[in-house]
Amino acid sequence: MADISTNTAQGPRGPKPKKAFSRANIFLYGTLIVVSMYYLLPLYVMIVTSLKGMPEIRMGNVFGPPMEITFQPWVKAWSEACTGINCDGLSRGFGNSVRILIPSVLLSIAIASVNGYALSNWKFKGSETFFTILIIGAFIPYQTMLYPIVIMLREIGLMGSIGGLVLVHTVFGMPILTLLFRNYFASIPEELFKAARVDGAGFWQIYFQIMMPMALPIFVVAIILQVTGIWNDFLFGVIYTKPSTYPMTVQLNNIVNSVQGVKEYNVNMAATLLTGLVPLVIYFASGKLFVRGIAAGAVKG
Amino acid sequence: MTVTSEPPSRSGKRPAKLFKNWMAKLASLPMILTALVVFVGGTAWTVTYSFTGSRMLPKTDWVGFDQYERLWSTDRWIISIKNLGIYGGCSMILTLVIGFSLAACLDRKIRFESAFRSIFLYPFALSFVVTGLVWQWILNPDFGLQSVVRGWGWESFTFNPLNDPNTVIYGLLIAGLWQGTGLIMCIMLAGLRGIDEDIWKAARVDGIGTVKTYVMIIIPMMRPVFITALVLIASGIIKLYDLVVAQTGGGPGLSSEVPAKYVIEYMFRAQNLGQGFAASTMMLCSVVIILIPWAYLEFGGRKRG
Repeated sequence: MADISTNTAQGPRGPKPKKAFSRANIFLYGTLIVVSMYYLLPLYVMIVTSLKGMPEIRMGNVFGPPMEITFQPWVKAWSEACTGINCDGLSRGFGNSVRILIPSVLLSIAIASVNGYALSNWKFKGSETFFTILIIGAFIPYQTMLYPIVIMLREIGLMGSIGGLVLVHTVFGMPILTLLFRNYFASIPEELFKAARVDGAGFWQIYFQIMMPMALPIFVVAIILQVTGIWNDFLFGVIYTKPSTYPMTVQLNNIVNSVQGVKEYNVNMAATLLTGLVPLVIYFASGKLFVRGIAAGAVKG
Repeated sequence: MTVTSEPPSRSGKRPAKLFKNWMAKLASLPMILTALVVFVGGTAWTVTYSFTGSRMLPKTDWVGFDQYERLWSTDRWIISIKNLGIYGGCSMILTLVIGFSLAACLDRKIRFESAFRSIFLYPFALSFVVTGLVWQWILNPDFGLQSVVRGWGWESFTFNPLNDPNTVIYGLLIAGLWQGTGLIMCIMLAGLRGIDEDIWKAARVDGIGTVKTYVMIIIPMMRPVFITALVLIASGIIKLYDLVVAQTGGGPGLSSEVPAKYVIEYMFRAQNLGQGFAASTMMLCSVVIILIPWAYLEFGGRKRG
């Protein structure tokens, strides 16, 4: 009986013994492999193109492996590629992105985690209303808020600076991160919080000594979410910074889509790959946690 | 650090004093400011100034609906809306279909499941700029896919979507689907995993085929998952901007313009703020139209705070 039920749960119907390569299975794996090729193709093309010399690229066949591997395009993309009159390559954009990334990630997570903690354990009158506004705000197109933020940043003297962009990332990261932390803190048994209160612990004491250590996994998820999100941002970078503080994505776009000069496709692809490297490394290193981070966007408060 | 309040204060009914829980309120100040000043204030400001004739700087000379009239008689805006309609419609259907099919394939207890999942999801980690530039290169008519197939001996093969005004939007679609389907697949897979194994057994006993079980039983059961996926896809479609800038720059001509790009061009390049505000208000309206039915479906049924 047990035998039959395991059989019916997965394989084709009927008493036939399950074969490793049934027709359905071949079809299934075939489909998956073909589809995988569509997904893998761009990564492969990026890599092989960035390792070829220009003469080889002009001969055609983007899919062919490089006959002669050269790292010249990578060097050039990193330190010599031009945007307008500046010819110091992507390294400047990389530096800017790092300088934007670190404070943005720290600030946004610090604020959002405290928010989430206050929202789940220290509810006050109106706290749920503000939270609802925050969540609805996540669906408003950024375009409606772009210009008022320009005015605000100008008023506090941060327009065009990295500090201003850090603030913008903190603000726009807040809805999803607050949701993430609020849900997590709400799942921690309330008795723990009550016991700490009885022992006389205050707002910050409970946060730093009890809640934060318990929430470490969710902090990791938040970091992954923010690092990839902020690194990949283009819109805020192009609007709230000036050419000398452009993040990497904006600089990449300017390098590749510049109309002057001869197009060097290998350098362009090396630059593209360099820009994608940080999120890719995070993605492949974090595995399941990345999935958890993006799934956080799908759960509803 | 002596906060005088009762524990997890579910004290909605009691007359809360302003300074009770003051530390929690102080700590929530960034959230409150963001919600009120940036989200509500900023949106209200933009909507208000869309009724002015602001050009280089915002100013308060009220012109009524002039900006909107001008907006809807501008070719570029009409093209943008049409493009978004085509892209949005195709992207919504195809993302759901591909996302669900891949999730269903992965849910058939196959080997190397996590490897396949990683492959389908990794584009989602990449930015739209990177996505756009890679596909611009692959679809390059002189060196990319087209020339490779011609090199194989099929001389008349033509696949050059990015340089044809009629097909450029489908070129964007190929790249957009590549980037976004992994996410939906992941959400669908989580939904499929949540379905009771007994449902499958029951379907087997009744002799219902696999495909039919999916279509007739599993998909209707996954309605909430589909709605979440739809909201995610829709909010992504309206934001579509980086991909267009990187892959086509809006060209050839104006043939791949989208509303988000229109807004930014008018606000920050053409020095015509009023137009930008009016266009962004239209974008806001479209979101509201999508969001209200969703909120109704989602929260209307089970009333809760």
